[in-house]
This record gives sequence, structure tokens and C-alpha cells, in this order.
Amino acid sequence: MSQAPATEIVTTFVLNGTPVTRRVQARQHLVDFLREEMGLTGSHTACEHGVCGACTLRVDGEIVRGCLMLAVQADGRKVDTIEGLSDSGELAALQSAFHERNALQCGFCTPGMLMAALDLLKNRPEATREQIRAHLSGNYCRCTGYHAIVDAVEAVLEAQRGAKP
Amino acid sequence: MNAPEKLPSVKTGYIGKSEPRPNAKRLLQGRGAYVDDLRLPRLAHVVFFRSPYAHAKLRKLDLSKARAQPGVIATVGGRALAEYCTPWVGVLAHLKGIKSPPQHAIAIERACWQGEAMAAIVAESRAQAEDALAHVEAEWQERPVVTDMEAALRGDHVIHPELGDNVCFRRELNAGEVDAAFAEADLVVEETYDFGRHTGVCLEMRSILADYNAAEHSLTVYQATQAPHMMQDIFSRHLGIPEASVRVICKDVGGSYGIKVHVYPDEMATAALSVMLRRPVKFVADRLESFLTDIHAREHRAKVRLAVSREGDILAFELDDLTGIGPYSVYPRTSGIEGNQVVNLVGGPYKHQHYRALMNVVFTNKNVTCQYRAVGHPIAVALTEGIVDLAAAKLGMDPAEFRRRNLIADDAYPYAFPSGLKFEQLSHHKTLDRLLALMDYKGLRAEQQALRKKGVYRGIGLATMIEVTNPSPAFYGVGGAHISAQDGATLRLEPSGMVTVMVSVTEQGQGTEGIFAQIAATAVGVSMDKVRVITGDTGTTPYGGGTWASRGAGIGGEAVLQAGKALRSNILDVAAAILNEDKAQLDVAADAIVSKVSGEAKLPLAEVGRVGYFRPDTLPMKFQSELTVTRHYTPREYPFTFTNGMQASLVEVDPETGFVKLLKHWCVEDCGTVINPMLVDEQIRGGIVQGIGAALWEHCLYDDNGQLLNGNLADYLVPMSGEIPDIVVAHISTPTRTSELGAKGVGEAGTAGAPAAVMNAINDALAPLGARVPAQPCTPERVLQALGKV
Repeated sequence: MSQAPATEIVTTFVLNGTPVTRRVQARQHLVDFLREEMGLTGSHTACEHGVCGACTLRVDGEIVRGCLMLAVQADGRKVDTIEGLSDSGELAALQSAFHERNALQCGFCTPGMLMAALDLLKNRPEATREQIRAHLSGNYCRCTGYHAIVDAVEAVLEAQRGAKP
Repeated sequence: MNAPEKLPSVKTGYIGKSEPRPNAKRLLQGRGAYVDDLRLPRLAHVVFFRSPYAHAKLRKLDLSKARAQPGVIATVGGRALAEYCTPWVGVLAHLKGIKSPPQHAIAIERACWQGEAMAAIVAESRAQAEDALAHVEAEWQERPVVTDMEAALRGDHVIHPELGDNVCFRRELNAGEVDAAFAEADLVVEETYDFGRHTGVCLEMRSILADYNAAEHSLTVYQATQAPHMMQDIFSRHLGIPEASVRVICKDVGGSYGIKVHVYPDEMATAALSVMLRRPVKFVADRLESFLTDIHAREHRAKVRLAVSREGDILAFELDDLTGIGPYSVYPRTSGIEGNQVVNLVGGPYKHQHYRALMNVVFTNKNVTCQYRAVGHPIAVALTEGIVDLAAAKLGMDPAEFRRRNLIADDAYPYAFPSGLKFEQLSHHKTLDRLLALMDYKGLRAEQQALRKKGVYRGIGLATMIEVTNPSPAFYGVGGAHISAQDGATLRLEPSGMVTVMVSVTEQGQGTEGIFAQIAATAVGVSMDKVRVITGDTGTTPYGGGTWASRGAGIGGEAVLQAGKALRSNILDVAAAILNEDKAQLDVAADAIVSKVSGEAKLPLAEVGRVGYFRPDTLPMKFQSELTVTRHYTPREYPFTFTNGMQASLVEVDPETGFVKLLKHWCVEDCGTVINPMLVDEQIRGGIVQGIGAALWEHCLYDDNGQLLNGNLADYLVPMSGEIPDIVVAHISTPTRTSELGAKGVGEAGTAGAPAAVMNAINDALAPLGARVPAQPCTPERVLQALGKV
């Protein structure tokens, strides 16, 4: 019974554009690894069972729940967090729209919300207001009432549509 | 500079402008600093061994095996921790007769609700502490469990035998001639309403990092809290550390809504463990712990009676309210306040003169309840507006017209309500008119009739509300609580001409720092980008109450305004000395000293800073510049600055499934001066959505053994974006004359009125089917039961 429960596995992946290699506890979730070991505290945990979306990350271009994926599963993959996508400017239009419309209050859900919204911009550029609401339903916000968030995402979608020939 | 900007007066400038919040930028990049983001050297992590039973004697607790696990630093039971932290009792002197037993940071030998902390395990990592938890050995002897409020009131089993019964607090009120009014009434309507327990579900769970410095016997606490100074006092008194040696720092907070304004045993234990172990210790609740131990709220069963004349005049209200609060009254605000508010507020918008109320607050073996956003208002508004709708229906009157007939007239103020409340100035009739126009009430009624013929059941629900804001010391201070009703602001002109603002009200995301920047910039005469705001630190801000009871803008904002005006005056003293001109001829505008008459710029503000700080030798010999000022504000004229508002909900009920679809929601609110419409509107919407959650989905479900059945975010339903409609918000503005700023509170208004509006809309939809659901949450099951289908 005294055997240590955790086994460490060497894991290599690209984190916000930079390759990293770490010995990772096999049982550690990706979001915990990013927060605890890499100091990337922008991704939050709020339910720890895949419901609320506060830990939403991007892995190989797809949004995932950082609390449902083990860190070792990131091996060989490309992981992007709120910090990386802020620095690269990929989220700039959404962040600006959220700021202008106060589409956040406490900010705890915001990084995950932005990740989910960015996914919508890429994959459903024609989304209606109702479809925006449906798409964001996996990201809980307890402060805003969602109205301003939907406004902000809608504004960016409209700008994106307008910018296309 | 040829056409200098017009001088901003105190009421214009940035007041009333939808300025984006400067502090939102860091949150948008994931660069906030919530407690769990902080790292300190030698940081230890604590987890708690919690009772699996709702009521049980802990016959044996063996922590030795847990202590031997890898990484474990300490295992601590209730008696050992009591050496470091004294117990508390959650009573207040002005709630006559309220009683509650002493409560310890870690319970000693008896658990009174499922989830109560019985031992602490401290380890080098949280994972190690959680691993060790599995090695705690405990033997329990189960005790009778009291979950039902009526059984608690009867006292079949008394949870705390030393208190004699299960009644924590009881209040009776009798104003006017209630019996006579009921005897004379043409119509008496009566209904009993049930309200389930729900909770705040802050996305950031309760978090605390306590860092004791043994060398200087001082404690720094990083805490997700709404009231840093209140917590400073509490840590000081219960841990035996001098007040000024305790510093409470509250950085970013991931939502609070009243949840984070109370004293929690596990948080007190964390601070005590830091003292005991002489190192920093962190506790962050997980979601299950959050559901088991964050305060719950509501759980009322209330019978309301209404006496009405044939013509439609409300003559009298009668209330019998019962509420169950768990095994302890929560410290230091008590769990008696919510019921007390219900008694105060029922019937509040109307002009009847006869009112009788009885309210019992009883102990149960469930998690504790206490003040959550809108405290008592959602219950009082739902009781009032539910019975008002029922009476209107019985009289065959339109519910909007019935309200118009009975609402206190807009020119009747100041007004004293039978429960003793005093209203400075409300605007019910203006609000009603605005709401009905905004929602096209007549059009909706016509559409409703047309759709009913097609078998579509839509409902329109109205809810009038009054709300307690800007509380004076009458709320807590008079009862002996060390809770400040006043707040302070310090403004400092920096040498560069920037202004640093330090305020005792905290930021929980609602935008207090943003509006303080707006007020400060306006009052001093600088642009907003020159202002920086600091809140949430007992070591740097003036003393004050923090964030609760919709008080930040009205009280903290007034302190900032007065400090800003004083700084402006002091700046002008320096400028007059530099320029050798008459102060009365000068003003501050657009980051410069200007001529009051012509607006001509005379001196950049940075020059005042430069001379004031670096070359005061050039000023007259006896002149001392004072470029830092502090002002405080306490509301005194009225115990509370009441606001009013009205909400409306449009829903569609499917009688086959019992599902309710929200189609639209409206709110007209009178919060006096609106400092930032964008922030106010979204705060109202957020409050409404929490109220909608209470009305339709949110419910802490317990079984008869006191076991919480849905302590996770999959089973406890919080509102999601897909099921929430667009929400239209509009304002009537009746500034309070008790302050220069004129702002009343707004943070709780949405939550106060939404449950009643939604409940009334559902019952309006069900009316042609002869069904009513006087219960929240209004689940599909309850709708189908009311329809006789299940």
C-alpha cells in the first residue's frame, strides 16, 4: 500500500509556440499541469468535471476541457492557452469587443469564454445570435447574464463577415 | 488649446458615461491574480476531512495513518486547532432573542451537517493532502437528523439541546388594524409558497492563502472576500493577533454575490494552521466542498393572505414565514437577516396601512444559509407579487392596472411603510408606465390571446420591487457587529499629474474600480487615463465595509467624490501659490490648471506635482501643499436608501412536457444617478439571470438523511447562455438627496425581482388551464403536477 500512486512520464509538446519537455505526473490533468508546473494561471478550474468551460484550452486547433484531458495526452501535440493567444494577437478582436461592451465582470470564465468564441469565429462564421448562445452554452458565466457576451461575439462575427469579399 | 474644453462640473464629466473598465484588460488576457494563482515560498496546502453524515457524534478520529503519508506536514483535529482559534457565535443584539451555539473552525466531536470540517490535513501539495485524506479513520454514531423545517419548528428532535428548541430567531410584527381590515374585505386571497435552497455558485471557489510571520507575530491573508476590513478584525480577535498586524489582501475575485462575505470555518482553520505551522497555508474549495459549505440561501415556506376591496384596493397583508438555516447562524452577519428582510419588505410597494407578520427561523441539519445576493428580497417580492396577481385575477382586473391602483403615489414621499421602513423617494408609477411602454404590454396581451386559441400558452409576469441599498449602521453596526457602514477614499496627486485612488470598497467584477476612476477623474478634473485605482488591501486603503448590500457606488462613490473635490481644492491652493493668482479664479480641467472664466490653460497638472513634491522651496515660506486627501462617507438620514424597479417576463409553457421557455425579460430600475449605464445594465442582467436560475432550475436537493443529492455542476443547474433570452434594461433616475453623487445601489435589483416575474409569467400561462405553481424552482415536474398530469 505504500507504493507511490503517481508515475511520471516524459512529455514533449508545443506550448504557445515553444517546445517544452517535462516529467509529468501521469495522473495530472492538463489544466493543473499548466497552472501548477508552467505558471500559466490564466486557465481556470471551476467544476473539474467538464461542465463549466472555465478551463477551455486549444489542443491541435480544437478546443478541449483542460480538466478532462491528462497532461501526458498532450505529448506530441500543440497546446495554446489564453496567454499565448493574447500575445499572438489571435484573440485581439474578441478581447477588444468584450472590453468595449463589458462582456465580463469577475473575469474568471472569460479566458474559457474567449476560447469558445474564437472557435465559433473559425468554424461557424455565419452563426446567428441564437447559434452564438447555443455554442457558448458550455461556458458558464455567473456574472453577466450573457447578453453582453453574445453582443460582443456577434459584433466580431459581423465585422468578420463584412471584411470578407 | 484655442478652444479649451468646457469645465467639467461634478455631475457631468465621466458620470453617466459608458466607459469600459480599465481593469478588465488584464482579466481578458488571463492575467488576473485570483488567490489560487499566487505562489509563496514554503507554501503548504490544506484539505479537510468532512463529515459524511448530517448529524453524528465522532466517536473516534485516528489521523495517524494520514499523518504518515508522503508529503504530509500536519494532521489537526478540532481540539488541537481550538488552541489557535477561538469559537464564535452568530448573533446580533438588534435581532432580539436570536440564538446560536458556539462554532469552531474545526468541529469538535460532533458534526451537524454533511460536509462540516472535522479535521485538517496539511501537505506539501494539494494532491498529497487529498491522497492522505483516504487514510483518515473515523468512527461515527449517527444522531437524529432534522431536515424538514416544520419538524424543526415542532422540535421533535432538538439539534442543540442547550438552546432548548430549534428556533434560532422569531419575529412578530403587527401594524394597523389587520383583523378589522380582513373582516371588512370583500375578498381575501391566501396562498402558500415554497422556495427551495440554492446557492451562489461563484465560478472561483472560496479561496484563502494565509501567511503567518512568526518573527513579528503578523498575518497576511490573501482572500477572495468582499469585506477585507471585517475579516481583518475577525482574524485579529479569533487568532489573537493585533489588529494592525493583520493585513487582508483581496486581489481579483472570481464572483462573490454575497457568498464571500461570511466567516467560513475552513477559512478560519486555514489561517489558524498558518499560525500553528508558522508557514503559508492555502485552501481552495473544490466544487463539491463549495456546494456542501458555501452558504446556501432562501428555503422558505410562507403563507400570505391579502385583504382586498371589491373596487380593487389592497387593504392588508398578512404573512407567516418559516425558514430553515442549517445548524448554526452564520457569523458575523447572522442567518436571521434574510427572514427579517422578508418581514420588512412584504407588501412594500403598496399603500395599504395594515400588516401583520410572523416569522420563524429554525435550525436544521443541512448546510448553513445566510445572505446571498438580494437577501430576502426575492422571497418578499415573489410573495407580494404572487398574491397580488392572484387577487387581480380573482377580481377580474388586469394585473398592471391592479398594481397602478395600489402602488404608492410618486408624490407621496417621504413615506413610512407599516413595517417601519422609510422611503425617501420612489418612482413606482413612472416605472410602471415606462415598463409597459417598453415591452408593449397591450400588444403582448393581444398576442397572448391570439396564441391561446392556437394552443400556445404564453404568460406575462410583472414584478414590482423595492430594494434596500446604501445601508446605514442600522443594518449591522447597531447590533454589535464590527462591520463598517462607512467607507473611505484616499486620493493622491502623483508628481506626473496622475491620480492614485485608494478605496475601501472592493472590486468583485462589478466594476467598482471603473466607476471610482470615473468619479475621481470628474471630481479632480483629469482624464480617466490619468487615474489608477487600488482596492482590496487593508494595509493601504482607508477603513471601510467593502462590497455588500448594494453599497459600493452609493457609499464608496460618494467618498471618492468628496475626496476628489478636496484634492481639486488642494491642487488649486498649490497652483494659486505657483501662479500668484487668486484661487477663486482657477480651476482644474483636462489635466491642467485653467482660468475659471476663460477656460484658458495656465499650468499643466504635472507642474503642480513637480513643484509640490520636488521644489516646494519655491513656494511661500508658510505654505505646505497637501496633495493627498482622504474623505469618508456614512449614510445617516435614512437607515437604507430604497430603490424601486419593475421587471417583466414573457414565457411559453409547454403543457405536454412542463418545460418553460423564456422568451424575453424587461427591467426598469431607478437607482438614482447612473454612473456608468453599460456596467449598471450588465450588472442588472447578471442579477436577473441569477434570479431566473432560482425561479426555474437552481435547487440544493437534500434527502431525508440530510445528504446533498446534487453537489456538482452537472446536476445543479445554473443558467446557460442558450436558455437565457435577451434582457432589455431601462432607467428612471431619481437621485438620492442624501448624497451629492445621488447614486443608489443596483447590484441586487435583478435578483430581487426576476424570480417573481418569471413565477407570475408561468402562472399567467397556466391560468387558462386552471393550474398554478406557487413554488420555486418551477420545474417541469411541478408544472405537470399542477396540471394533474403526473
